[in-house]
Amino acid sequence: MSEIPPELKYTRSHEWLKTLPDGTVEIGISDHAKQTLGDLVFVELPEPGRILAAGEACAVVESVKAASDIYAPIAATVVAVNAQLAETPELINQDPYGRGWIMRLKPSAPAAEAGLLSAHDYQLLAAQG
Amino acid sequence: MVDFGGWDMPVAYGSQIEEHHAVRSAAGVFDVSHMCVLDLIGAGTRALLSRLLANDVGRLTVSGSALYSCMLNEQGGVIDDLIVYHLAEDHFRLVVNAGTRDKDLAWIGGHAAPLDVRLLVRQDLAMLAVQGPLARQRTATLLSSQAAAAAMALLPFQGAQIGDWFIARTGYSGEDGFEIMLAAGDAAGLWQALNAAGVRSCGLGARDTLRLEAGMNLYGSDMDEATTPLESGLAWTVAFAPVRREFIGRAALEALRARGIAHKRVGLVLNERAVLRSHQRVVVSGVGEGEVTSGTFSPTLARSIGLARVPSATGSEVQVEIRSRLLPALTVRPPFVRHGRPAIQLPT
Repeated sequence: MSEIPPELKYTRSHEWLKTLPDGTVEIGISDHAKQTLGDLVFVELPEPGRILAAGEACAVVESVKAASDIYAPIAATVVAVNAQLAETPELINQDPYGRGWIMRLKPSAPAAEAGLLSAHDYQLLAAQG
Repeated sequence: MVDFGGWDMPVAYGSQIEEHHAVRSAAGVFDVSHMCVLDLIGAGTRALLSRLLANDVGRLTVSGSALYSCMLNEQGGVIDDLIVYHLAEDHFRLVVNAGTRDKDLAWIGGHAAPLDVRLLVRQDLAMLAVQGPLARQRTATLLSSQAAAAAMALLPFQGAQIGDWFIARTGYSGEDGFEIMLAAGDAAGLWQALNAAGVRSCGLGARDTLRLEAGMNLYGSDMDEATTPLESGLAWTVAFAPVRREFIGRAALEALRARGIAHKRVGLVLNERAVLRSHQRVVVSGVGEGEVTSGTFSPTLARSIGLARVPSATGSEVQVEIRSRLLPALTVRPPFVRHGRPAIQLPT
């Protein structure tokens, strides 16, 4: 079984979102996604400052098995990326909700969480495979 | 778990990359029971194999000796690749791929009938591959001293029935090791004993990265019925001598050689942060195009490697189309890794 922290929001494409105290949103991939992908070997990150539309492909995680796009869950501006992933992509395998975070976004509009899944709903999605 | 030739098999037991490194540095065990063990029994067996196999079974003169070969159709296309063991003059053993089992049995059976050769599918046997620089030594700790001595005395590509196990010094990882055939009911016990002896459980994922680093082909990806061994990096396995041996596919391969072979297999090394995958397009400037037949991330080299079929005139530099971008790659002669160390000059 994969770990699904209850306090996070999730997407159908297996990203997680954590709203930080300053209002920015941290993004990563779920434990379920990590398990499906297997060992990660490369992560391609967006440039800070890039403006993203909701649903836009903005990063790539590549594992021994496959390359997979990461989509912006909300319309936002990239404010930070986890530069450590360039040298140590395995941080995502080791700690997908912590040191394996991928990027931090500043939402373009407040409370733009429509379409995101609760941990409970994500669990149902993950259980389907 | 994934479906592999009708078998439910794990891609990895934990981290695929750690499993890979375990085999390069120490020892790992793979469950390869999905492979089909087929005994051929009868006075006509050698004649049958002499006709069916592109490599020359005449090279097998000593009981226990083994040979890697392709089995070809009349067009020279590869029906399967296999290992054949000489057990006795009237008893040879083939190990063929799981995904090709049914067509292989039909093909071999069709040619065996007139020669009075009996086919016996050894469904009673499981097979574990123990691979790595410490694989033989750690396996030997599970054997009686007499059996251990016999197993340790095996030469590369040689096998023997030792007690209840058929042990062969073969594998698909580029490392030393054993492949052990034993009663299916005993396999789980051996697996656990190997784990206890410091041999790590490894899945299909590591098996693929290891064989690719070793420059070994995978049937169905790197060659199939539409491609010949001569275009697949397997010319060394085709025995044109002696000239009188009329193996199936010979005429087609000779005709191909006479016309000139349009394609060759090369190894590819990518220096970019991306991974080669099968079916990616290879662009050879001024020459033409080819295709990646296998690709992966090499844990030993920490970059992507692959095998590709390209025009024969291809030089040392190509481009590969990966996710809509053309990335430069270097062609090299496999293997990429030999006995745990890089076997190629790495681009910097």
